[in-house]
Amino acid sequence: MGSVVEPAGLDTGGVSERSERATGHNSTAQGAPSRTRAIGWLVARRLAFAVPVMVIVSAAMFALAAASPFDPIYQYYGVQIFTASDEDIARARIELGLDDSMVVQFGRWAGGLLSGDLGDSRSLRQPVAEVIAERLPWTLLLVTVGLVIAMLVALVVGIVAAWRQGGWFDRVVTGAAQAIEGIPAFVLALGAIALFALGLGWLPVAGLTDAGADATVGQVARHLVLPAAVLGVSQSPWLLLHVRQSLLGALADDHVTGARARGLSERVVVLRHALPTALLPFVTLIGARVPELVTGAVLVEVVFSWPGVAAAVVQAALAVDYPLLATLTLFATAAVLLGSLLADVLTAVLDPRVATDG
Amino acid sequence: MSPSRRVRRTVLLASTLVIAVLGVACSAPSSTGGSGDGTELVLAEAYEDETLHPLMGYAVDGASKLFDGLLTHDAARVVQPALATEVPEPSTDGRSYTVRLREGVRFHDGSSFEAADVVATYRTLLDPASASPLTTEFAMISGVAEVDERTVRFDLAYPYAPFPHKLVLGIVPSEAVAEPGPLEDSAFNSEPVGTGPFRLAEWRKGDRMIMEANESYWDGAPEIKRLVVVFAIDDNTRAQRMRSGEFDGTVMPPALAETFRGLDGYRVISHTSADYRTIMLPTGNPVTGDPGVRLALNHAANRQGMIDALLAGHGAPAYTPIPEVLGTYAEPSAQFGFDPARAEQILEQAGWVPDPGGTRARDGVPARFTLMYPASDTVRKDLAQAFASDARAVGVDIELEGLGWEAIEPRMGADALVLGGGTPFDPDLVSYQLLHSSFAADGFNNPGSYANPEVDAALDVARRSTDEAERVDAYQRFQHAYVADPAMVFLTFLEHTYVVRDGWQGYQRIVDPHAHGVTWGPWWNLQDWTPAA
Repeated sequence: MGSVVEPAGLDTGGVSERSERATGHNSTAQGAPSRTRAIGWLVARRLAFAVPVMVIVSAAMFALAAASPFDPIYQYYGVQIFTASDEDIARARIELGLDDSMVVQFGRWAGGLLSGDLGDSRSLRQPVAEVIAERLPWTLLLVTVGLVIAMLVALVVGIVAAWRQGGWFDRVVTGAAQAIEGIPAFVLALGAIALFALGLGWLPVAGLTDAGADATVGQVARHLVLPAAVLGVSQSPWLLLHVRQSLLGALADDHVTGARARGLSERVVVLRHALPTALLPFVTLIGARVPELVTGAVLVEVVFSWPGVAAAVVQAALAVDYPLLATLTLFATAAVLLGSLLADVLTAVLDPRVATDG
Repeated sequence: MSPSRRVRRTVLLASTLVIAVLGVACSAPSSTGGSGDGTELVLAEAYEDETLHPLMGYAVDGASKLFDGLLTHDAARVVQPALATEVPEPSTDGRSYTVRLREGVRFHDGSSFEAADVVATYRTLLDPASASPLTTEFAMISGVAEVDERTVRFDLAYPYAPFPHKLVLGIVPSEAVAEPGPLEDSAFNSEPVGTGPFRLAEWRKGDRMIMEANESYWDGAPEIKRLVVVFAIDDNTRAQRMRSGEFDGTVMPPALAETFRGLDGYRVISHTSADYRTIMLPTGNPVTGDPGVRLALNHAANRQGMIDALLAGHGAPAYTPIPEVLGTYAEPSAQFGFDPARAEQILEQAGWVPDPGGTRARDGVPARFTLMYPASDTVRKDLAQAFASDARAVGVDIELEGLGWEAIEPRMGADALVLGGGTPFDPDLVSYQLLHSSFAADGFNNPGSYANPEVDAALDVARRSTDEAERVDAYQRFQHAYVADPAMVFLTFLEHTYVVRDGWQGYQRIVDPHAHGVTWGPWWNLQDWTPAA
């Protein structure tokens, strides 16, 4: 993983290194190109590392699913299970290969994956590729907008709170952030529905579109507001408090005091001098929050009947639907790895002090 | 202006802009739901169908909008011809039915309907390689043969009087099932082609399904041109969306449906059903295996009290699996009165004596057993708790356990279970697999391994005989024999409640089968509905 840099801990060394950099020289002789190559090696190492991680995670998922008490025959039969005879159920199990060992099922799935066939989802009765193709865009839309909202809220509110530290805004925001941090996403979702959709009637309750309407931009945009806002707000407290804390730390730095002493306006001092330093750990934090985003998306999609891929995860798990569950787990793992890789690359690009040997 | 004030202004301006944009977006006119031009109907479902393949269990009771069966049920649950030209009569030995097929019927994709399609449908269902969940339901069929292009013959393994009720199964094109193999892999699960009054236009999984009228339907094109089914799983959210005018109708739990009573423009409809809830008492358990205990518990259960308190009055007391709506088959005297004193007397006579703690015991065995219920079903949990308290009053101690079906299944032979099921079409369909000893412990059939020779004999006679009077007599004998030695404590037949918006004509009341949702309910005959004048 990348190294998290706390600017407050570098106040003694920071000034001299910064003056060195200001003259255009680095500690190594080659300068910028070697930095790019170092980052390139970081990316390559991470991608290579990702492959065994994904293999281990999918094997572990198969093992967990094999050990789970859920029996896929119940989901397959549905309500017919109550009138089916033991003999017919046993025959169906053989036909469907449900009693094959976990190793055989894993091998079958992995073999199919390598030849490009993701398998068929038993719980949704569709090829897995179709499930993903139909549902993934909606999840990506929700998660992207939610993440953008979380970042905006965290940045704007965190900056203002740190700037006016100790004021009423800061106190209210800190208290509210702590409170929201403790509230689960689905409680927030139900509360938001009760207030904005039912109480005030400003926004639709749930679904991708109004019942019977086509999925036009206007419809989807209107229905996206509440789920994305809930997802964003549920993810923002941690980021907000971190931005506020790092900005407070940065405001106490020597270079900020120096800038103030030079007579620069407060706005320039905060936004141009303190903020860039404070934002460095923020980028890594976003990468670390991707797993939270994934689970938050599951809850939000279920409550708002958003037809995304995260809502299918729960159904697949309860039905022990190996192909769909394995593919979705792979996706989630890839998202987490990619998120942390992007965050580390961004940090390395923005801050030359950061080591790229992670 | 000082820098801090400038920043504050910027923040204020930005947030005002954001709110303004949101406000504009929100004030866009919303759609008024279905009945704008009177040809679109929007319904909300609590469960999403997992498949639309009839051989995988879709609409196995009929009333599917996409498929027709050879026969169909009318409002009085009498079979009527659909793809057949008349209701087939059994052969003299009762083991063969010859069906003549309607001419000029086409599937949604334009191909013509022929005997080959019927043969392919039933043969694929019975083929083990298809792994169809319906094989047990059609186990009486030993063969299907095409006599000529317009005639099909069914051969049965034994005489089976209720066979016409089975022929409501949807017919699929022979091309769809041409390849042998597990049915779950077939694209037909999501892209069905049938002969029904509606065709599938779009299915956005997790969201909604849109069906359009089949203009060349053999029985006349429906007046409803577009049917939208929205999947809204959460009951409370669905009720709120119904109230805000998004839907024309939906199914709802009784308490929520009552909140719509008296509201202008809405109608609350409740259908009786043959859907029973019963406490299954296994014969393998030392306590429930005693016929005296089973009989006593039938008298100790306060059925009407449970219905009034737990179901808001929406339910009918049940004593045997045969509901009142089955008319002459039902035996009104086959009842257990609510009589705790009588229950205690029966227990005393059987040797169950109360110990100092209040629980009865016999030969050192306390009258205690475990009652399981599926944890996700709140109605069953409520019934289990009420039954346990009724049993407590007569000295029988019941421990409750909420479990998933996978955990329940291995324990059914030893512990009691809140079981459900039922169908209103024929008494054999509901009682044979439940109580006949040949089905003892066969999957979920007769899980208590109940074996009563009188009951067996009566059910066998009723299944094989084609004489109506003989069948009625056999079912009367069955119910009397059952009441003398009950296997279970039947509690109630549920009522399904629906909320419907005004503006449509053609509604006909029916008795619901077990199926949930909008295939049945008030919308079982949607193809005959017309917009209100």
